[in-house]
Amino acid sequence: MSNETGIDRAAAKRRRQATEAHAQSWGAGFFVKLTLMALIDALGVYGVWTAFKVGSTVIGTVLVVLLIVVNYVYFAKRALPAKYIVPGMVFLLIFQIYVMINTAYVAFTNYGDRHMGTKQDAIEAIVRNSQVLDPDAPVRPVALLLEGDEYHLAYVDEDGQAQVGGQDEPFAADPEATVEGDQVTAVPGYTTVQEAEFEGLGGTRPTKPVTDLLVPLSSDPNAGSMKVMATDFTRGQTYRPGVEYNEAEDALIDRTSKDGQEIVYKANNTTGQFEANGQRYPGGGGWKVMVGFDNFVKLFTDPEIATTFAKVFIWTVVFAFLSVATTFFAGLLLALVFNSDRIRGLKFYRVIMILPYAFPGFMSALLWKNLLNKDYGVINNVILGWIPGFEGVDWLTGSALTAQVSVILVNLWLGYPYMFLVCTGALQSIPGDIMESAKVDGAGPVKRFSKITLPLLFVSVAPLLISSFAFNFNNFNLIYMLTGGGPIPPGDSVNDPGGTDIMISMVYKLAGVGQNPDYGLATALSIIIFIVVGLIAVFSFRKTRSLEDVM
Amino acid sequence: MKRLAAVAAVAIGLTVGLAACGGGQKDDGKSNGDSGKSSVTLTVWVDETRINALKPIVGEYEKSAGVTIKLEQKNFDDIRADFNTQVSAGAGPDIAVGANDWLGELIANNLIAPVDLSTVADQLDERAVAAYTSAGQTYGVPYALENIALVRNNAVLSETKATTFDELIAEAKATGTEGSVLLQIGEEGDGYTSYPLQSSFGAPVFKQDADGEWTPELGMTGDPGHAYAQYLGKLGAEGVFSKSVTYDIVKADFQAGKAPYAIVGPWLVADWKAAGMDVTVLPVPSAGGQPAQPFLGVPGFFLSAQSKQQAAAQRFMINFLTAKDTQLALFDVGGRLPANTEAAADPKVVEDPIVGGFLEAGKSAVLQPAIPAMNQVWKPWGKAEADIIGGADPVATWDKAMADIQQAITAAG
Repeated sequence: MSNETGIDRAAAKRRRQATEAHAQSWGAGFFVKLTLMALIDALGVYGVWTAFKVGSTVIGTVLVVLLIVVNYVYFAKRALPAKYIVPGMVFLLIFQIYVMINTAYVAFTNYGDRHMGTKQDAIEAIVRNSQVLDPDAPVRPVALLLEGDEYHLAYVDEDGQAQVGGQDEPFAADPEATVEGDQVTAVPGYTTVQEAEFEGLGGTRPTKPVTDLLVPLSSDPNAGSMKVMATDFTRGQTYRPGVEYNEAEDALIDRTSKDGQEIVYKANNTTGQFEANGQRYPGGGGWKVMVGFDNFVKLFTDPEIATTFAKVFIWTVVFAFLSVATTFFAGLLLALVFNSDRIRGLKFYRVIMILPYAFPGFMSALLWKNLLNKDYGVINNVILGWIPGFEGVDWLTGSALTAQVSVILVNLWLGYPYMFLVCTGALQSIPGDIMESAKVDGAGPVKRFSKITLPLLFVSVAPLLISSFAFNFNNFNLIYMLTGGGPIPPGDSVNDPGGTDIMISMVYKLAGVGQNPDYGLATALSIIIFIVVGLIAVFSFRKTRSLEDVM
Repeated sequence: MKRLAAVAAVAIGLTVGLAACGGGQKDDGKSNGDSGKSSVTLTVWVDETRINALKPIVGEYEKSAGVTIKLEQKNFDDIRADFNTQVSAGAGPDIAVGANDWLGELIANNLIAPVDLSTVADQLDERAVAAYTSAGQTYGVPYALENIALVRNNAVLSETKATTFDELIAEAKATGTEGSVLLQIGEEGDGYTSYPLQSSFGAPVFKQDADGEWTPELGMTGDPGHAYAQYLGKLGAEGVFSKSVTYDIVKADFQAGKAPYAIVGPWLVADWKAAGMDVTVLPVPSAGGQPAQPFLGVPGFFLSAQSKQQAAAQRFMINFLTAKDTQLALFDVGGRLPANTEAAADPKVVEDPIVGGFLEAGKSAVLQPAIPAMNQVWKPWGKAEADIIGGADPVATWDKAMADIQQAITAAG
């Protein structure tokens, strides 16, 4: 009996557990979760609200979706595995996927010098920058008027008559306005706005509509216009005719030329700039547009860029391969030597060996740059300086070959400790009895190394060699800090690749500042790098699988 | 089901409650604005030295103007690139420190907004305002004037008799020091610092039109340019100039007394003075027969085209950044001649022999071209100089660089 009830009780408990998921039991944990979720939701709702308020629909929508997913996962019964995966996935989405999508997007645009922002920004900046102050015209006291949410300006002209006008509404006399001295104080139908009502000046009204307000002086567009002074909203200044954007024509009308000639620059929405007779508008830039596969086509077909690309690609592969090969064999050699128990102070030596690994790579690269300086560097002056007749080698800037050798050697110095660590670990994990039995079977040290140690070592080290190759393929720090990609042969242009430029430093050069950044082309190149590294990784991992088969 | 509904109700209730709290704080902020407290924040990018000048004095302006000024420290070398990328994406600061030679590129990319200097123009150095003017429009506020000059280490050499650059080298060599005239070159060259030498050969970067405005037509091609290139090649071969000499080496070697002369800007002299050196600042003697004209650089502050607070930002720039006290504070950290004429006439500026020396050396200075084409010049130009000093054929290297620059200018339009 008692036995039966015991079973019944246990069964009932199991049933209860099944229906009441841990997520929904009303314990303390549940309330902690509820509070945390409420906090997340509150933040999320706030984020969604802000995103839509500033017009970022995409971010807002993504946030809404994420919020719904997160709430579903943590309140639903069935989503137990998802509870563990979701936080990671969210961050992956934000920090990886978003970056990748954005990079891919930029690669298909002409984002770069003179195609930086949106068309709206370009128009706004061009129109604003073209408004040049007329230094001879009087500065007048003005009144700011509000009709609905449109600002207007009013001033008293030479005849004592009040003039009122707004954006695209030329000044016109308003006989009903109240004039006191040289100041318009009230106009029927308008609310007078004081300076103190604006944000940062004591009030809350945004100032942008006022600083953007441009009132034509008359219906003749060549008469110029009036703007309030940004530093004093009670005074208006006269501006010469500038550039106007005509929405119907989608064109800029430039009235700034000295001979009074109007030039119409039509918007070209495929190149992303304003053009007239094949000339782009000189007073400002264009905007960012989608250009399809143009950047990729340019990489492979533009003869100059294509040869550059090929040259840099070859050196990148050579550099990455030699870096891995030299560091691996140096590391392996040291690991073998220091794997012997007969050495005294083994731990001390091992620590010393690993030291270069402990310094930040970019700092070591900078140090080496100075050590290798032709006239001031320690290498030339001290280490090689005793050789009679030695004049010093211009390591980093002399020729492509010396620079390449220097880069590989410095990378050897930087990279062998890692390989030393890895190999030491791998060697110690090789079971001693295998070696013992090999010895018993009469295998010599060379045979034991080549037939047993090395294959066993490769099984555990090969994936690391591949990742090391991928790392060096994109080893920007070293190249940038040590040689900056140079030396560029005398006579070549600065945008040509230098002797040690790898693909990623070339990307940096393309996207660099000062010399016409072309982010579109640079991101296209970085996508190519991604594909190349991906292919190498896939191919090599296939190969390593066959290594394991040998065993 | 009931239970689930209850859970959902609690969750929604808490969410809304918390969101409302968030909203409530927002409303509080607004009501603060009504009662006269600041609701406007201006973000200003400043480099590590200038931030020290502005930080202590900006609080007073914040109080009187009712705005919040957020000074963000940036590495000066990063400001230009970051300003480009961030402002073009609709973000970035309201105001950033910079130099007048950025003007052309910033305008060409729609990144900066005009600043109305009409109310303060008479308080500012005319050349400084001109440096921030493009096509009649004024952008940003200048705060100082700077130029390259010759600096003598009085501990090594106490008198300069030389009137030409060749004599100067001879004089320096006679002291028996390791170096003679230190000039930073580096692997990428430095056209800015060596410009006094180049201009003395009558080879200006660009031709100037009748009004003195720079045109995008190269002025350093042909014979004058070749003469300068050959001179550089000669000095390189003689070991007077070397590609190994970088900014850091000039700084260290001059301080160590390894050379009597250095061609540098005021920023380095400030460091040397701080290190207790006794130095004299002189004009650079002519190398090619014509006056040695350094570039006149005008550091200043730019207003972002994406700033939502154009009015507040312009008020801050006009009322604070161009003010005498601000410019004197900036003088204290940088040693550059203030652009504010009243500040420039302050005893602490006038009586400074270093500033006087730079002023004398800068009398013949020419405004650094701010046209967009200048942007295509720097790198190929510097590299050609470095290559020539490193032993490349002077005329061929120079011509190739000029052709490249011309091509880049044409391509960029």
